[in-house]
Amino acid sequence: MRSQRTRGLLLHGVLIFGTVLAMFPFYWMVVMATNSTSDIYQFPPKLTFGSQLVTNLRNVLDSIDFWGSMLNTVIVACTTTLLVLFFDSLAAFAFAKYDFPGRRMLFGILIGTFFLPVGLAIIPGFVIMVELGWVGSLKALIVPAAANAFGIFFLRQYIHNAVPDSVLDAARLDGAGFFRQYLSVVVPIIRPGLAFLGIYTFIAAWNDFIWPLVVLVNPDQLTLQVALQQLNTVHGLDYSRIMTGALLSVIPLIAMFLLFARNFVSDLAKGAVRE
Amino acid sequence: MTLSRTAAPAAAHKTRIRIGPRRAPGRRRRVLAHWPQYLAISPFYVLFAVFGLAPLLFSFYLAFQRWDGIGEMRFAGLDNFEYLISDDIFWLSLWNTLLIWVMSTVPTLTLALVLAVLLHSVKRFKAFYRMAFFIPNITSTVAISIFFGALFATNYGLVNAGLEAVGLPEVSWLQNAWGIKIVIAVLTVWQWTGYNAIIYLAGLQTIPSDLYEQARIDGANAVQIFRHVTLPLLRPIILFTVVLSTVGGLQTFTEPKVLLGDTAGTGQSGLTMVFYFYRSAFSHNDYGYGAAIAVVVLLVVALFTILNWALVQRGQNERSR
Repeated sequence: MRSQRTRGLLLHGVLIFGTVLAMFPFYWMVVMATNSTSDIYQFPPKLTFGSQLVTNLRNVLDSIDFWGSMLNTVIVACTTTLLVLFFDSLAAFAFAKYDFPGRRMLFGILIGTFFLPVGLAIIPGFVIMVELGWVGSLKALIVPAAANAFGIFFLRQYIHNAVPDSVLDAARLDGAGFFRQYLSVVVPIIRPGLAFLGIYTFIAAWNDFIWPLVVLVNPDQLTLQVALQQLNTVHGLDYSRIMTGALLSVIPLIAMFLLFARNFVSDLAKGAVRE
Repeated sequence: MTLSRTAAPAAAHKTRIRIGPRRAPGRRRRVLAHWPQYLAISPFYVLFAVFGLAPLLFSFYLAFQRWDGIGEMRFAGLDNFEYLISDDIFWLSLWNTLLIWVMSTVPTLTLALVLAVLLHSVKRFKAFYRMAFFIPNITSTVAISIFFGALFATNYGLVNAGLEAVGLPEVSWLQNAWGIKIVIAVLTVWQWTGYNAIIYLAGLQTIPSDLYEQARIDGANAVQIFRHVTLPLLRPIILFTVVLSTVGGLQTFTEPKVLLGDTAGTGQSGLTMVFYFYRSAFSHNDYGYGAAIAVVVLLVVALFTILNWALVQRGQNERSR
C-alpha cells in the first residue's frame, strides 16, 4: 500500500517535471518580454518578470506592421477554415452516402494524393501564382488550401458512422434533395467532427511559414509568421523586442486552443491509431 | 504535422464494375442523375489539379531546364543533375539533413514512448498532462525558433549562463557545426515529444488489460511485459510515427532558416536540403537547379519511407517465425 503511494508520487513527479519543461519556454518568453534587453544582457540573468512590457510592445509595433499582419493571418486562417469545412464536408457526404459511377476510383485518387509531397512543388507553385497574378495577395494562400484530402477522408468516416441511413431516407421521402439533406440532416449531426477539423485547419493555417514566405512579396502585406521572421532578421539581438513579438503571435492560438479544444487532443490520437 | 498518411488505399482499388467499351445503357443516365455528388466533390479535384498535381509535374519538367524565373527557358538535359552530383554543397545539405533527422527523431520517439507508458499508468490529471504536453506542438515553429536562438545565444543566453554558473566553459552553440544541429534537435524534441506520446498513449489504451494480467500470472516482470507485450502490439503505431517523422524531418526548413538566416550558419552547417532548394530558387534565381534538388529530395524521402517500412515489416516477420 505504502509503496503503491510512493510509486504514484514518483510518477506524478516525473510527469510534472515534463510539464515544466514543456511550459518553460512560455515562462521565459514572458520574462524576456517584460524586461528590457539590457536587463537580460547581464550575468546572472534576471529570472523574474519585469515592468517593461509596454515599452517592448511599442518597440514591436514600431518595427513591424503587427496589427496588419495579424489581421491578414486572421483573414487567411478563418477563410481557409470555413472553406475547408464547407467543401470537405460536402464532398465527404457524397462519398459516404452515395454510390455514383466512379466513386471508388475517385476516392482512390484522393487517398493517393496523401502520399505526394506537394510541399516540394513550391517553385512551380510560385510560377503558377505569377501567371494568375496572385503573387503578394492573400488569395494565393487561401485558394490552394480551400479543400484537402485529409478533411474529406476524416469526415467521410465520420458521416459514415454518425449519420443513419434511415434519417436520410426519411428526408428523401419528404422530397429533400442532396443539398437540402446536407444542410438539414448532415451538418447538425457532424458538428463535433467539424469542430475537430476546424481547429486542425486553423492551427495549420496560422502557423504556415514556407509558402507565405515565398508568395507574399510585398513587405506591407504579410502574415504574422513572416512578419515575425523579419523582425528577427532585423532586430535579432534585441531579445526583449523579438520575444514580445513571438509571444504576441503565440498567445491568440494557445488561447483559442485552450478554449475550444476540449476533445481535440484525444480525437487526434484516436484518429491516428484507427488508421 | 499532418496525420493520416497511412490510410489504406487497397480498399479503394476494388472496382466492382468494369467500364469497358460496352457500356450499360443506363450508365450515362446514372452519371447525369448524380450531378449534385459530382459537383460536391469537384472543388477538391479542381484545386488539386491546379495547385498540386500541375506544379509537381512542372517540377519534373523544370528540373531539365535552365531558367532564372524571368527570361527564356532553355532545355538543359541532364545538366542540373550532373552539376548536382558534383556539387559539394548539395552533399553537405544531404548530410546535414540526415544528421539533424537522426539526432531529433531518435530521442523524440524514445522519450515519447517513455512518457506514454508513464501517462498510461497514471489515473488522475491525465487530461491535464495530455493538454500540457500537446501545447508545444501547436506553437509556431517560427516563434519557438526565435526563442531557442535567444536561449542558446553565446553571450547572455540562458543555457550558457547556466553552464557558467556551475563553472563550465561557454559553448558557441550557433557558431559551430555540431552546436547548430544540437539546438535544432533539442527544439524538435521539445516540439514533437508530446505529440508522439499522445499517439502512443492512444495505442496503449487499445491493448486489452487481460494480456497484461496473463503475462503477470506467467511471472513476467515490468520490463519483460514491456518488451514482449507492449512493444510488439504498438509496432504499427510506432511505424506510423516513424514514417511521419521521416517525411517531416527530411523536409526541415523553418528552424535553420529562422535560427541562422540565409547563410545557414557557420560553414553552412544548418543548410538542409529543402533550405538549399529554397535558396537556389528564390535567392539565386536558379529555378531549374532548385527544381532538380526538389526532385532529388522527393526521391530521398520516398526511399527512406520505403526503407522504414521494410525494416519494421521484417522485424514483424522475424517475430512471427
